[in-house]
Amino acid sequence: MNRSKLIRFQHGACIPLAELPRLDFATFRESLLEEVANHARVASFFGHPSDDGLELYAILAHDWQGDLALLHTRVADTYPSLTPDCAQLHLFERELAEQYGVRPEGHPWLKPVRFHNPWVDTDDIWGRNAKQHPIPGDMDFYRVEGEEVHEVAVGPIHAGVIEPGHFRFQCHGEQVMHLEISLGFQHRGIEQMLIGGPHPTSIYQLEAAAGDTTIGHTTAYSQVLESLAGHDTMPRAYAIRSIALELERLANHVGGIGGLTTDVGFLPTASFCGRLRGDYLNLSAELCGSRFGRGLIRPGGVQFDLDNALVDKVKQRLAVLEPETRGAIELCFDNPSVLARFEGIGVVSTDDAEELGLVGVAAKACGLVRDARLHHPFGSGETKFDTPVIEIDGDVCARGNVRRREIYASHELLRDTLTQLPAGGIYSPLESLAPDSLAVSLCEGWRGELIHTAITDSNGRISRYKIVDPSFHNWSALALSLRGEQISDFPVCNKSFDLSYCGFDL
Amino acid sequence: MLSIIRERLRQGHRTGKYPKVEPVLPERFRGLPTIDHQHCQPNCTQCIEGCPFGALQKVAGKLELDMGLCLFCPECSAICEHGALSFSRDYHLSSRTRAGLIVDETEFKMVEALDAKMKKLFGRSLKLRQVSAGGCNACEADLNVLGTLNFDLARFGIQFVASPRHADGIIVTGPVTENMKSALLDAYAAVPEPKLVIASGACAIGGGPFKDSPEASNGIGDILPVDLYIPGCPPHPYTALDAMLRLMGQL
Repeated sequence: MNRSKLIRFQHGACIPLAELPRLDFATFRESLLEEVANHARVASFFGHPSDDGLELYAILAHDWQGDLALLHTRVADTYPSLTPDCAQLHLFERELAEQYGVRPEGHPWLKPVRFHNPWVDTDDIWGRNAKQHPIPGDMDFYRVEGEEVHEVAVGPIHAGVIEPGHFRFQCHGEQVMHLEISLGFQHRGIEQMLIGGPHPTSIYQLEAAAGDTTIGHTTAYSQVLESLAGHDTMPRAYAIRSIALELERLANHVGGIGGLTTDVGFLPTASFCGRLRGDYLNLSAELCGSRFGRGLIRPGGVQFDLDNALVDKVKQRLAVLEPETRGAIELCFDNPSVLARFEGIGVVSTDDAEELGLVGVAAKACGLVRDARLHHPFGSGETKFDTPVIEIDGDVCARGNVRRREIYASHELLRDTLTQLPAGGIYSPLESLAPDSLAVSLCEGWRGELIHTAITDSNGRISRYKIVDPSFHNWSALALSLRGEQISDFPVCNKSFDLSYCGFDL
Repeated sequence: MLSIIRERLRQGHRTGKYPKVEPVLPERFRGLPTIDHQHCQPNCTQCIEGCPFGALQKVAGKLELDMGLCLFCPECSAICEHGALSFSRDYHLSSRTRAGLIVDETEFKMVEALDAKMKKLFGRSLKLRQVSAGGCNACEADLNVLGTLNFDLARFGIQFVASPRHADGIIVTGPVTENMKSALLDAYAAVPEPKLVIASGACAIGGGPFKDSPEASNGIGDILPVDLYIPGCPPHPYTALDAMLRLMGQL
């Protein structure tokens, strides 16, 4: 294949659309599959309607080389599906079909993803009435039939205080043969609302794209706009973003381990972690007034600075919290009755993880080193990160262990960043965005890699904004991990992935 | 076993003394907005233009802030050059009525208790079914946190239950997405009468950051009869707790 047709770039670059060669579909397909065979993974895959059809963009990540590759083609109403040759694309292709009515011929599992009307004036490929809003969950579920086979349907409203989603289990007795997950209940139309932006409302929508990942998503959004505007963000702003990102990771990981132990009925760790999680959230509130980091990050920098007194306060609190957190967590990883419920449960093999393109905690638990902090650091002032955590067993215990060890690594990272906080300003307003350009930004949120891509029109306004939350890749892994398990292990498997519903549904 | 006891001793007793002792919130916490009408300039509209959600407006020349639309972001207070708009650390923000969320010249009224008949039913025990209808998981997380040992929600007789059939009311988060509308109405219908409806967070009150989204409603106001509004994005756990306890007549 002609390698010169492939655009390779570092994250943070702003690429003029005119420099992007449009490949014919056959070359696009061949190049994409060849790249994936050469250890690239599909980070993002999306469409952008034009007068002549649907422009398709694939963003592939070469993690160890620290760069990204971009492929571009155009399709009409149908195209031969890539999913049979590249399973990572299965949801991306379904998403495109739902959004733009383009049919991937030969897709093995072509079902709606989020249950909304097409974004463009076209026929719905499932023949749903364009004048009515689709009914969520209205699709053909995979069914197993036979004597003593039964189906368990859960949701959209679940028993706890959590977001909605629908799960269908095909069971034989206690054993789950198949789990199908149907989401979309949380779909608020964020990507559509961002078109024509950046609007004054945009940053607030990004803050709530996945409310537990406010810092992650706002950082990724700010980086995209800063790339498009050619903005030099100040080192101190980077450092403060990095502090907030690690605090967010700590709060969620500590809460997550608490949740895992709740699901197996080990209450000491569950109750200690519940309290500790709140203490980490309170540290974010010390930084910016909001326990979830609302109002902190803006394109151009951050809105709140840390003075020496606050740095000391945060350091002192962390010094108290660290041993308490270790004590609470080690207790459960040292307890045979807990480990009996964690070990060997919900296994995802490394091969499956690679094939599905998993990211974040779920990938690291399968022995895959995928961490945007390591592979795709942004800017120059960012804290040096060189200790990605991996486990190899791919089970509930491995995912718990990744989170446990990431907690300890985050403490270390925070200590370093707080000690070596660069001096200088924290915010400068953005210039206008480059017209007819594309930029990509990656940020390692606590669940995994967040990828935001923006394309601007001739006026420098956003004409397509694509968000890929780690949950988008990883929900399939939860379904896979349940095969052959007991249905009573579903809560602990689900918690071990700890995925976002609204991050998937956006 | 011994290690569990040892760790238990080290972690100590953590349940807060609230409501006997007032909680200390972070210095940068943004609570009840305060408008200094003496410093607010009659012809200045900077803060009004600076709010993308229309939470601020001038009525008869006086500035008003609608906490139902406010996301409690730091922008408007920074825009005001006259120092007339600021956020205090007061976390008592909730109201029984939508109009009660408007901060103007009059003193802000805290949540009124239920009437005698309802208070007799729910004053000492309130079971709530939480429904997330497009909530981003921040509101949900900060309601969940009320169940942890610092807040220990159960000691006030409040509990989040699994089934609407066991509930005295629903507490809704999120702007109500198109895809969750019917499930929300089903859950509401399944709660036995008499029942309460609580809107928690900016989304459930007025659509929050997703106001006017084609895929979501602007909160539950047009869909269900609301008994209690808890503002914030997300509301601080103490804001929510204070609101529920006052509703029950416990404070």
